[in-house]
Amino acid sequence: MRSVIDISELTTGEIDELIATANDIIANPERYSEKCRGKKLATLFFEPSTRTRLSFEAAMYELGGNVLGFSEAQSSSASKGESVADTARVVSCYADIIAMRHPKEGAPLVAARNASIPVINAGDGGHSHPTQTLADLLTIYREKGGFENLTVGFCGDLKFGRTVHSLISALIRYKGVKFVLISPAELKLPGYVKDKLDKAGIEYRETDSLENSIADLDILYMTRVQKERFFNEEDYLRLKDTYILTPEKMALAGAGLRVLHPLPRVNEISVAVDSDSRACYFKQVLYGKYMRMALILKLLGVK
Amino acid sequence: MNIDSIKNGIVIDHITAGKAMEIYRLLGLDALDCSVALIKNVASRKTGKKDIIKIDSDFDVDTDILGYIDPFVTVNVIKDGKIAEKKTIELPSELTNVLKCKNPRCITSVEQELPHIFKLTDRENRIYRCIYCETRAK
Ligand SMILES: [Zn+2]
Repeated sequence: MRSVIDISELTTGEIDELIATANDIIANPERYSEKCRGKKLATLFFEPSTRTRLSFEAAMYELGGNVLGFSEAQSSSASKGESVADTARVVSCYADIIAMRHPKEGAPLVAARNASIPVINAGDGGHSHPTQTLADLLTIYREKGGFENLTVGFCGDLKFGRTVHSLISALIRYKGVKFVLISPAELKLPGYVKDKLDKAGIEYRETDSLENSIADLDILYMTRVQKERFFNEEDYLRLKDTYILTPEKMALAGAGLRVLHPLPRVNEISVAVDSDSRACYFKQVLYGKYMRMALILKLLGVK
Repeated sequence: MNIDSIKNGIVIDHITAGKAMEIYRLLGLDALDCSVALIKNVASRKTGKKDIIKIDSDFDVDTDILGYIDPFVTVNVIKDGKIAEKKTIELPSELTNVLKCKNPRCITSVEQELPHIFKLTDRENRIYRCIYCETRAK
């Protein structure tokens, strides 16, 4: 039974196929409204993530299916000490597909190895969150018409940001993609991810200035710079404003720039940027739902 | 047991000097009833020094464990005093319950009964990663 635990398990062909399905759903939603009639999605959320859970649930409802599940470990059998493997076996008897969120890395893989139905990783700790990356990819595709030859800037916490690592590993499959890595020295992209870029022959440069690099970008992927990542308060206070996107910085960017953010945002994008037509982070949420619909269809084998 | 001549058993030869104890432990040889000889720092033409382990029974050696610890060893199966089989050792593509994942955020840290499985992700550099959290084995 096919599951999706990490974005690297999907071939480029499969990603392109999911994007094509999502585009077709957007164009002809009525054709899909009954596709999953009689099917059930189990949302097993061992830690709360309302946004991701609602996106999965909305996706299944729009396909005509039903949803069951729990939204935190306290309200599940896990609070009685049941293993992830047993939960997966039991839920396989009730549902047709599982979306699982868990605070521990690898829990969805354990579920996939024991379930008799497909499992989608809806986020496992700081490890993987493939449907976020699918949402990011569809947003870029819809806004730019493709991925080839794009210059993509990543700004903020590039060291711990799993969404950044995952999107990078998806984008390096496409021809001519260039990266600009914008972060304080403390939060640079880890060496093993840069090794991947070198191996793939990808052009990239590192900088600590968003202001000086924003004009070169087709895509700006913003992330949050968290206070607890810094050794001391002064460094944090000194650096945090550098990585806040404001209308002043947007004025330096080209008309073709598109701004993405995995949300939730705290203060790294000023609300004054929201009305800028180049800001795409709320559209990204919508596209995330369409990609989850496409993925559910694919894993359930619904044509 | 005459350590020079085994009638029926296993000889693990060309062990990198100093690694015999680790192999002894990970193969679980301490649980055997038969004679086991562990010979350290034997003169070797190829490498200067080597270790050898001789087991006086037809013990089923886990070549995955050997391959992980020391891929340069040779395993000779002795029958009636002669070498009946030479087993070649390869870097195993997967290891189950040989290494333990030490990442405190890994699901294996809270679910004790899960098998600890590592996959070879880079043969050239002999890098193994936990299948659950992708943490690199040290
Ligand atoms: Zn692990």
